[in-house]
Amino acid sequence: MLRKRIIPCLDVSGGRVVKGVNFVNLRDCGDPVEAALRYAEQGADEIVWLNITATGEDPGVLLEAVERAAEQIDVPLTVGGGVNRVGRVRELLLAGADKVSLNTAALARPGLIEEAAARFGSQCVVCAIDARREPGGGWRAYVDGGRRVTDWDAIAWAAHAVELGAGEILMTSMDSDGVQDGYDLELVGTLCATVNVPVVASGGAGNPGHLADALEAGAEAALAASIFHDGTHTVEETKAACRARGLPMR
Amino acid sequence: MTATFVDYGAGNLRSLRAAFERAGAEVAVSDRADEIASASFVVIPGVGQAAAAMEALRERGLVDAIMAALRGGASLFGVCIGMQLLFARSEEGETAGLGLLPGSATLLAGARRLPHMGWNDVEPVAAHPLTAAFPATCYFAHSYAVQDANPRCVLASTPVEQGGFASLVGEGRIAGAQFHPERSGAAGAAFLRSVVSWAGDAA
Repeated sequence: MLRKRIIPCLDVSGGRVVKGVNFVNLRDCGDPVEAALRYAEQGADEIVWLNITATGEDPGVLLEAVERAAEQIDVPLTVGGGVNRVGRVRELLLAGADKVSLNTAALARPGLIEEAAARFGSQCVVCAIDARREPGGGWRAYVDGGRRVTDWDAIAWAAHAVELGAGEILMTSMDSDGVQDGYDLELVGTLCATVNVPVVASGGAGNPGHLADALEAGAEAALAASIFHDGTHTVEETKAACRARGLPMR
Repeated sequence: MTATFVDYGAGNLRSLRAAFERAGAEVAVSDRADEIASASFVVIPGVGQAAAAMEALRERGLVDAIMAALRGGASLFGVCIGMQLLFARSEEGETAGLGLLPGSATLLAGARRLPHMGWNDVEPVAAHPLTAAFPATCYFAHSYAVQDANPRCVLASTPVEQGGFASLVGEGRIAGAQFHPERSGAAGAAFLRSVVSWAGDAA
């Protein structure tokens, strides 16, 4: 049986892991390669590495760090952040990323998903979406790290991205992100009922039970950052909590 | 034991290479027909799309080189797409494969969501030197799979919601894995050690 996945997320800025609240107030949480190795050893089922200040940094530095991580870890590695052309997808795959996540650039030019999927296969194309609840109901897709609103309904955009060839949706609730009060389970459930690719739930984990909630709501994987970076809870403890709820874990 | 990776330009050989080295093999990466034809252990890595991969192999004269290596007694191991190419054909881009094993890769039937992505059981169905690491959970990332393989070449299988598919195949000096051993933690590492040992036994 396919297992549910627990995914620590490394938000990387200036070569360091950082974490903020509601996408702002970033603080330093260590070296990304060390963190990736530590989480892999703890039983992480995958590592997501998001380069969150993609402009102005030397892209070679990021690639070199991804290379080091990819060579040393023995679980899958997804890399994203500022990926704006298919050539960049190729560079990251060559550096050792198993999957590449697209966000802002794909909303600006959805054909990017189509090109990447045709060339490298859907299994390595993740569409990451930052979603915020609308006052009248539903969710809106935001770009540029949550700073700019788009015309897209987040669920409709996810469905379109899948039609274009995205092999996975990484959905972050901006309302819940960093607040540690649980995932937006309605968002997770609505998305899982709409698309037929795996869904990774993100934003809001404050304890292991929250990740289990997201998996029970239908997500194939739950992603978290703060609770792991702060050492509040380990990956293994989180997986044990999921197992105790009867979820299939590795 | 030197594992000669067939480089057909699809990318990501880095993590597989590192994993083979951890398993005790030396790795040579080559896109030259003469080097591959004379190799004693050939590895077809698994990246990209089946039809594009076959086209890239043909363009470089590497299909003939792989066949020549086999005639010379080489062992051949394919990963993911590399495993699917061992079969007669693939539905992904409608292409003929290498035709070394009977069966075909088709869009995976019976899975609730595609791609089939994540960790799943690899359950041995035959006694074989390559199944010593199993049962275990390994990492998969694919939408196509071999579901019509002749049972005689299926060494391990993996279940989906309805039915399953061949996750480890082998016959004679030819073998392949649908999962990614380089991304399958300790189980993948143990499996790769058995692959290197299997290839060494023949050499």
